[in-house]
Amino acid sequence: MREKITYLIAIAVGALLITNLYTILLGLPDEANQGAIYRIFFFHFPSAITAGIAAFISLIASILYLYRRDLRWDSLAVAATEVTLAFGAIVLATGMIWARIIWGIWWAWDARLTSTLVSWLAYASYLILRKAVDDPTTRARLSAVISIFTFSGVYISWKSIEWWRTQHPGPVISIRGGGGMAPGMEAAAYWNLLPLAVLGIILITIRLRQENLQRLIDGLRRQAHEI
Amino acid sequence: MNFLRQSFIIAGKDLRAELRGKETVNASLSFSVVILLLFSFAFDPSAEETRAICGGLLWLVFAFAGALILNRSFARDLPNDCLDALIMSPIAPAALLLGKAMANMLLLLTVELICLPVFGLFYDVPWTRQIGMLLLVLVLTTWALTVVGTMFGALTVNLRLRELMLPTLLYPIMIPALLAAIQLTTLLAVGEPLTSEYDSWLKVLVGFDVIYTLLGLALIDTVLVG
Repeated sequence: MREKITYLIAIAVGALLITNLYTILLGLPDEANQGAIYRIFFFHFPSAITAGIAAFISLIASILYLYRRDLRWDSLAVAATEVTLAFGAIVLATGMIWARIIWGIWWAWDARLTSTLVSWLAYASYLILRKAVDDPTTRARLSAVISIFTFSGVYISWKSIEWWRTQHPGPVISIRGGGGMAPGMEAAAYWNLLPLAVLGIILITIRLRQENLQRLIDGLRRQAHEI
Repeated sequence: MNFLRQSFIIAGKDLRAELRGKETVNASLSFSVVILLLFSFAFDPSAEETRAICGGLLWLVFAFAGALILNRSFARDLPNDCLDALIMSPIAPAALLLGKAMANMLLLLTVELICLPVFGLFYDVPWTRQIGMLLLVLVLTTWALTVVGTMFGALTVNLRLRELMLPTLLYPIMIPALLAAIQLTTLLAVGEPLTSEYDSWLKVLVGFDVIYTLLGLALIDTVLVG
């Protein structure tokens, strides 16, 4: 039943993404300065927020694991971290495509880009660390600590456009004191944020279920060995 | 026994062991000099561009040298189950971390202070002109490197591929501090004073030190004891 609801939501989200695509590609006019390429923002920004949400879930799950010592929190942390990496990759890729057109270069070493890439690498090394530990409780404990350390990079990345004068554009979303987006365009960005964020959460629940099943299988296998 | 005294005992123990064995300082020092030498082949030492990137050169060397020292910090206690004995002893894990971090910092600072004159010779830069500020940046960044590194050293000590896991975990986390140190050192190492726009980089360093020291002290219990 829960599985069916998940897939139903996924279908609804997919439909919303397609209608959004229609608005983004055909409904909205080209931007005055950037032309057509600005449309990538409708995926860049929502993916960044989704990656941030997933990273935050991973942080909370790691802290809760250390409090409760329940391996289900560890499963949630790893599921959320993987989704962070997936959406982080989308952020980096879309950002680079945009930069190639607008700046003429694929990459600039400014604070926003660097801190995002660094956080991405740090979460990747979180997964590498998990591979290096065999015992499930030790693995959960150590990776929870790493996850807490790593989250600081996400916060720096989030704040970097306010702390430093970066090549990356400053805040454009009005709730962060930015400006310069036409209301219709900003609304479209939020409308795309909704399905992408929900998609992220669906992916987390699916991975969480897989992780829990995996642990169950591992437990049964250990029991079988003992017999 | 109060907390700081416990830390000093641990730091004293590690330094004494290192003074008698000299295994990591010697290795790390000769490694740093070799890397400095290699860099001078990679870039023309007389060129102006070299001066523009000298902060980066120095901190790459120090970060590599630091990883060598930090890898040994907890691994040194593994034979004869010394680490288990340390954890069981009536010393708080946080004091253990603080003591080891202090010992590592002294060792790494020694390596850095020997490397600096060598660097000055090879690359002909007036590094002594801003020595006070340069020392401040060295101390702040070395503390950042050692406190996070010692923490991760404790984390990776029982892992497979320990020597590889520590730098993999450490360097991404260290980037904000290293970035600040590189910015500041590039200016200071060639003898130019800091302008007010560099204040924010100093703040990054101090903030990094405070946040990660507290985070390390809070979480070391979980890492060592479970």
